[in-house]
Amino acid sequence: MALLEINNVVKRFGDFTAVNNVSLSVEAGEFFTLLGPSGCGKTTLLRMLAGFEQPDSGAILLDGKDVSQVPPEKRPVHTVFQSYALFPHMTVRQNIAFPLKMAGWDAKKIETQVDELLEDVRLTQFGQRFPHELSGGQRQRVAIARALVDRPRVLLLDEPLSALDAKLREQMQIELINLQKEVGITFVYVTHDQGEALALSHRIAVMSHGQVEQLDIPERIYSHPKNRFVADFIGQCNVLEGTVKAVDGATMTVDLKGCGTVKCQSVPNAKPGQAGWLALRPEKIKLDKELGRHDDEAHFKGRVHDCLYLGDVTIYMVEVAEGVIIEAMLPNNIPGVAKFFDDNDVVEVAWRFDAGSFLTE
Amino acid sequence: MLRNRLGKWLLSWPPLVYLTLFFLIPTTIMFVAAFRNPGDYGGLAPMYNIEDGKLVWDLTLDNFSRLVEEPLYFELFLKSIGYAGLTTLLCVLLAYPLAWLIATTHKKWRDLLLLMVILPFWSNFLIRIYAWMIILGPQSAFTKAVNWVVTGLGFEPIQLLFTPIAVMIGMVYVHLPFMVLPLYANLEKHDMALLDAAQDLGASAWQRFWKITWPLSLPGVFAGSALVFIPALGMFAIPDILGGTDSILIGNLIKQQILDTRDWPFGSVLSIVLTGGVLLIAGLGALVARKGAKRG
Ligand SMILES: Nc1ncnc2c1ncn2[C@@H]1O[C@H](COP(=O)(O)OP(=O)(O)OP(=O)(O)O)[C@@H](O)[C@H]1O
Ligand SMILES: [Mg+2]
Repeated sequence: MALLEINNVVKRFGDFTAVNNVSLSVEAGEFFTLLGPSGCGKTTLLRMLAGFEQPDSGAILLDGKDVSQVPPEKRPVHTVFQSYALFPHMTVRQNIAFPLKMAGWDAKKIETQVDELLEDVRLTQFGQRFPHELSGGQRQRVAIARALVDRPRVLLLDEPLSALDAKLREQMQIELINLQKEVGITFVYVTHDQGEALALSHRIAVMSHGQVEQLDIPERIYSHPKNRFVADFIGQCNVLEGTVKAVDGATMTVDLKGCGTVKCQSVPNAKPGQAGWLALRPEKIKLDKELGRHDDEAHFKGRVHDCLYLGDVTIYMVEVAEGVIIEAMLPNNIPGVAKFFDDNDVVEVAWRFDAGSFLTE
Repeated sequence: MLRNRLGKWLLSWPPLVYLTLFFLIPTTIMFVAAFRNPGDYGGLAPMYNIEDGKLVWDLTLDNFSRLVEEPLYFELFLKSIGYAGLTTLLCVLLAYPLAWLIATTHKKWRDLLLLMVILPFWSNFLIRIYAWMIILGPQSAFTKAVNWVVTGLGFEPIQLLFTPIAVMIGMVYVHLPFMVLPLYANLEKHDMALLDAAQDLGASAWQRFWKITWPLSLPGVFAGSALVFIPALGMFAIPDILGGTDSILIGNLIKQQILDTRDWPFGSVLSIVLTGGVLLIAGLGALVARKGAKRG
């Protein structure tokens, strides 16, 4: 039995459906992420898990018991708020001790437990400080320590790193992974940052318009997006329109609009004549002045239309046919060479049949 | 830099002149008057005489010893502090829920509610107190309703007007807006996410109030208390109009000494002690507040 089960949960505000029939389950000890663009209902779903909102229909089961009508203060679930919501009139120690005081622990036990948490988040020296005397990253750690101190069954985190600058965010990501491993508590993490989701999670649910589009491990979400939305939302992706021509076991041929036929991995239920899109990650595409031809590769001649120099990599927009542009990404990994091609260079692109996936929706 | 300083000076002299004219000079006059003798027909006797071409000061400490020797005055001070304190307490109790309601209602209604708090200021203070005379009078519907309840509980009917109860009602009524407004200003700024966080971490509604809202609202409570307590301590009009003979306060005594008995020196002594007392209490209050803020 999963630790946390969400069954057909619906939440409406007026006639707007913020969460639309979501079902998923989270295992004990898992780092689970809800990923999606702004307004897709992540926070609403999280607030239902915390108890601040009640689902209009459906059930939320924690350890097999329906908790959807249990108020927040009675749920063994804590939230790390985006704004941290540290109590400004309490010291770091008092903030962290708060849930224990509410639960009626005795003073001695509170002290030792708070000490342990301060150590866990490396804030031992800061116990007597007030929140306004801390940096953003330190406040963040206090908020996490406060939410973990009485060992909740699930920790909910709503975009906890979005207020931090890029450098600090990366450092905090590593700390979060380690902390989660250490305490073994189930994390349900909300973010709209796909990089963060891929880096942190055991599993990701990609959401849009109140629905779960795809639920899988990060590697599969990235390399096998289920539909156009996921392909577009996660990382860079070429999405080329095409029609299935023939299916031949594990492979099939697809007629790409404006370019011609290519081979790709077949998908279940694909039939000749079916329209869809070929999703290709830019880093899976080969690009050079000249490329040898292989049987299992699609191969096109083209012209560099634009290039985007990003320092470590360069993204080349290659026009392979009238109006068809394929993005390819090359690492700038040769010493002494800033980038390989310039606008209007004539190049060749190629990709293996299993480089991308064919999407039917 | 120079222009900056000049600007500051230009901006600050009008209030400086105002304070000197209307606060510093009268206070000094009052302070000096406390050490003078009363005039033969009221007011003040000359501060000095010329005797045989020599200047002779005519100053005395008698006014102070009169205050100290008569315990009635001390009791009156205590009683006034009691009335002002009770007024402050009742104002906190009544204003807090009201300020909370205003701060948490929809923006659309907030201005209207605030307007209703401020509205009484648009009519004259004395007129409003006289209105209470009618409301608390023996023939009023209010008094009859109160007595209906009182007799229903098996007690003798009571009189409201010209009793300490009427004075308390008047005092609370007049000072309530001075408590509501600073409290509202404070509560309105509270971050509601803190209450969500507290609830999320296991705090009941009562605990959320005591551990989060109340301590964070203390600056507003202190500001409102100062605005209520200080004027309430010197109040004389309300006991005059609504109170009986037994409900005179220190303000009434000062007014009586200055205007009726025309014993200005003793009136000045009473005023100085009252001012000093207010400063002392306000100072102590500030000290406690600062300590409280530090402790969290
Ligand atoms: N209390 C509410 N009343 C009405 N509509 C609401 C309420 N709360 C959320 N919504 C709407 O529900 C939708 C989902 O909101 P939600 O806060 O869950 O989005 P989100 O995925 O967390 O977005 P973001 O990444 O911007 O935080 C939004 O369109 C929002 O306007
Ligand atoms: Mg959100």
